[in-house]
Amino acid sequence: MSLRIVVCVKYVPDATGDRHFAEDLTVDRDDVDGLLSELDEYAVEQALQIADEADDAEITVLTVGPEDAKDALRKALSMGADKAVHVEDEDLHGTDALGTSLVLARAIEKTGYDLVVCGMASTDGTMGVLAAMLAERLGVPQVSLLSEVSVEDGTVTGRRDGDTATEQLQARLPAVVSVTDQSGEARYPSFKGIMAAKKKPVASWDLSDLDIEAEDVGLEGAWTAVEGATERPARTAGTIVKDEGEGGKQLAAFLAERKFI
Amino acid sequence: MAEVLVFVDHVDGAVRKPTLELLTLARRIGEPVAVSLGSGAENTAPALAEHGAVRVLTAEAPEFADYLVVPKVDAVQAAFEAVSPSAVLFPSSAEGKEIAARLAVRIGSGIITDAVDLEAGEEGPVATQSVFAAAFTTRSRVSRGTPVITVKPNSAAVEAAPAAGAVEALEVSFSEKATGTKVVARTPRESTGRPDLTEAAIVVSGGRGVGGAENFPVVEALADSLGAAVGASRAAVDAGWYPHTNQVGQTGKTVSPQLYIAAGISGAIQHRAGMQTSKTIVAVNKDAEAPIFDLVDYGVVGDLFEVVPQLTEEVKTRKG
Repeated sequence: MSLRIVVCVKYVPDATGDRHFAEDLTVDRDDVDGLLSELDEYAVEQALQIADEADDAEITVLTVGPEDAKDALRKALSMGADKAVHVEDEDLHGTDALGTSLVLARAIEKTGYDLVVCGMASTDGTMGVLAAMLAERLGVPQVSLLSEVSVEDGTVTGRRDGDTATEQLQARLPAVVSVTDQSGEARYPSFKGIMAAKKKPVASWDLSDLDIEAEDVGLEGAWTAVEGATERPARTAGTIVKDEGEGGKQLAAFLAERKFI
Repeated sequence: MAEVLVFVDHVDGAVRKPTLELLTLARRIGEPVAVSLGSGAENTAPALAEHGAVRVLTAEAPEFADYLVVPKVDAVQAAFEAVSPSAVLFPSSAEGKEIAARLAVRIGSGIITDAVDLEAGEEGPVATQSVFAAAFTTRSRVSRGTPVITVKPNSAAVEAAPAAGAVEALEVSFSEKATGTKVVARTPRESTGRPDLTEAAIVVSGGRGVGGAENFPVVEALADSLGAAVGASRAAVDAGWYPHTNQVGQTGKTVSPQLYIAAGISGAIQHRAGMQTSKTIVAVNKDAEAPIFDLVDYGVVGDLFEVVPQLTEEVKTRKG
């Protein structure tokens, strides 16, 4: 039987760009180039490796976002995913984590799945809560923050390196997993992969396809409200010295002056 | 006064510092009621009472250790229903965030993660967050449901405020899904004897400039002379020179110590996101053009293998 894998990915503003907020205090997506969240590349990579080990598997990449978010899907398709689903609706603007998890859960159910793979967090919001929310909404086990993952005989197994211990985890499918940046370098799309991606199907769904009311998502339906955003003042230039044999001692004097020694 | 539920992070009954910070913040918005789960839960009560917990709800069951996250979500939900709090606070650990996320879905409430400050507002608690690699500070609140908020370590100075801390057993009936993810094995991390990275007042980190795992003792020696935690940049971790659990940065840990010393770290955006809110920043780097120097209070352009050992010796001498 075919293993149906859904990878949730996010299109995010490039972290090396000058990110800021729009007037409505949502993330300004117009002024900064977007790209597939780097941490989601690890999720795509692990899905590809799991699919390689399976007799028969199909990988669907799923994203919620504006028109440009298709770029993130294209990247995942060119890495080797089979098909893509893009949920786009102008009423989605300003949707927060809880709303996004609702949209993704409905889309995953509509797609059909045995395994959902997520990155550990997005590189913009960095909340790291989506996999847990999806597992809760889908009513399936979560096997999260894995540095190693494998699927065999309908069971997913993984290693989680926590603060105080390393754990080996196990759950029956269907399940939601999330993987860390320690799970293994993501592959670069090959030229062949990039060409093949252009022919792969990308389905476009809106809120009505998922039976979601507009008031449950978007800025109006958000469960949280941003009241203000201020740019952090740039740090004032400090003292910089060139080491001419006494650099360590000079630094010690500075630390002593600040009462750290 | 409204009660605020506070999730307790402890190891066999020893309460970790971020929970005490959480109690300090919780007192600004209500009366803290602590929820302490798992082995040694009751032993947390004295420390929690000392820091303002009016009540301590405890539950011990093997499920908390044997299965991932869901048993604790069931217990926190039981506490939520018993207390009807005005807010629920968690430490921003991986576990804390996941329990908070699932609870938020269950009770239909908004969630704010990684708050760095918390205060009472007219429409409920207002959380301060540091976003976009600490380039912006936002103030947010939960607008639907009971606020569920996770708070980063080092967000408040711990203040003692003795309270009753009456221990009460929490009745928990586990959901069908509680045993979905089995913890097959658990290997405790070996203690280095150094302070925990996210809690430490001083952090000394090494990066690409350290050049290899065999050179990290240079960084460790400085850390030990200052009683500091050791961190590493992503480049050093990816090269296999230092464990991932010590990684400072966007995909590792965010630290906000009183003093951050970066040795051989250029200061890529990834790293800056993890340390930019440190109070005092110091860097040693050969490259005068390294972006880290834009952030520092004091920088030394020089070979870290000359500068750092000299600094370590000087610290030892001054400390006598």
